[in-house]
Amino acid sequence: MSTLPKIDLKGVKKSFGSNHVLRRIDLSVDKGNSLVVIGGSGTGKSVLLKCILGIIQPDAGEILIDGASLKNREEFLSHFGMLFQGGALFDSLPVWHNVAFRLRQGKAKLSKADAQELAIEKLRRVGLKPEVAFQFPAELSGGMQKRVGLARAIASEPSVIFFDEPTTGLDPIMAGVINELIREIVVDLGATAITITHDMSSVRAIADHVAMIHAGKVRWHGEISAMDSSGDAYVDQFINGRAEGPIESVR
Amino acid sequence: MLAINYINEALASIGRSTLALFAAIGRLVIFAASAISHMLRGPFYPRELLTQILRIGYFSLPVVGLTTLFTGGALALQIYAGGSRFNAESVVPSIVAIGMIRELGPVLAGLMVAGRVGASIAAEIGTMKVTEQIDALTTLSANPMKYLVVPRILAATIAMPLLVLVGNIIGVFGGFLVGTLRLDFNAAAYINNTVDFMETGDVTSGLIKAAVFGFIVALMGTYSGFNSGRGAQGVGQATTNAVVAASVLILASNYLLTELLFPT
Repeated sequence: MSTLPKIDLKGVKKSFGSNHVLRRIDLSVDKGNSLVVIGGSGTGKSVLLKCILGIIQPDAGEILIDGASLKNREEFLSHFGMLFQGGALFDSLPVWHNVAFRLRQGKAKLSKADAQELAIEKLRRVGLKPEVAFQFPAELSGGMQKRVGLARAIASEPSVIFFDEPTTGLDPIMAGVINELIREIVVDLGATAITITHDMSSVRAIADHVAMIHAGKVRWHGEISAMDSSGDAYVDQFINGRAEGPIESVR
Repeated sequence: MLAINYINEALASIGRSTLALFAAIGRLVIFAASAISHMLRGPFYPRELLTQILRIGYFSLPVVGLTTLFTGGALALQIYAGGSRFNAESVVPSIVAIGMIRELGPVLAGLMVAGRVGASIAAEIGTMKVTEQIDALTTLSANPMKYLVVPRILAATIAMPLLVLVGNIIGVFGGFLVGTLRLDFNAAAYINNTVDFMETGDVTSGLIKAAVFGFIVALMGTYSGFNSGRGAQGVGQATTNAVVAASVLILASNYLLTELLFPT
């Protein structure tokens, strides 16, 4: 019996004026799977994530969640977490409120004390001390902000998590720590994850499957174990970081 | 042939600008309608509303107070100088009061708040947009219109009349100080003249104007912030747009409101 993919994109297209960012994306992620999307800068990876989230409306194509079109975005988002490239922490709120933001809303919102307790537990999960909970984002280093973003993404124990360039701007050691955390969290929560990155160490640490986007289309999609022997010149050039190859270095 | 090309190009340019202007007005109207519709539907964020009332109203008090204080004083001097040409120096208290309460209080407070609060709202929301904090709000199940826009617009609409009320009192007091200390008016007579000639309509019209100006300042701040371009330059441009647009709209709507509230 075949199971429905958790997220299924069929013929998704998006243009901004004459810039055809997504020309036709067909891609699916199975439940509990970790897909890493790779591709050069400006190839539409972030736009793809925002289309799935409904922040950007695609011009054409279908985005199916559990086999159905996304009719109730609120419902989908209530089981969703995202780590943004720059952290996207709310400057005006202390760290604990950032982490527990979703849980401090709605009819079933947590009390301040419970929210702080939960935030401290999530911060500990990503290797941060309880004192951090009462600081403001501007007082933290880039690596700590990423960890807080990660704690926020997992605070409501989501079934779907997106990671947008999780290791950008971090030193190699901190990048390794974040990669390990992401892998652990995805496995522990049994969540479906989509990660966008250029960092090949992240790809190898996080991915079950890899998709490469080039020229607005999925160039290659397969298991991580098959990536090095994909036989695709574009994938080969990208994962080996070569200047020579079919991908133009001047874009 | 060349002349016709130039004329065509000039007409096309005017056409493009006109279309762009109407498109911008359309986008602003849709944004305002969306904000108003979100005001009527939950969830609501009362804590955010209170924070914004404090920020927009209370923290603007020093700048508005100082502006109206000095304006009230200057107004007293001007009216005295002008009135003395017709032996009508005695009208100083009543004209200072009417001028401040009907016109100068709301307009000056509106312009000062546009500069202080409108710019700050646009810069804050523009930065949030550039740093993906607005996208983050969406992914955390908080509608940015409800969480960011509605509290600011409501707060400015509520806080401005209160701010103008206090500003009016300070402005009239500025006139009183100059009148009694500099122009040798009797204090009791000055107060009597101020109160006797004032009508309820003078006060309410000023407060209605203030509420409208508050709405305009917050609307332009939030709209410009939401439509901010990328980077520091984009946020800077959004801030400038918010202040300029709010100031012009305040002056234009002041004329329209005066026509409506005081039909001749």
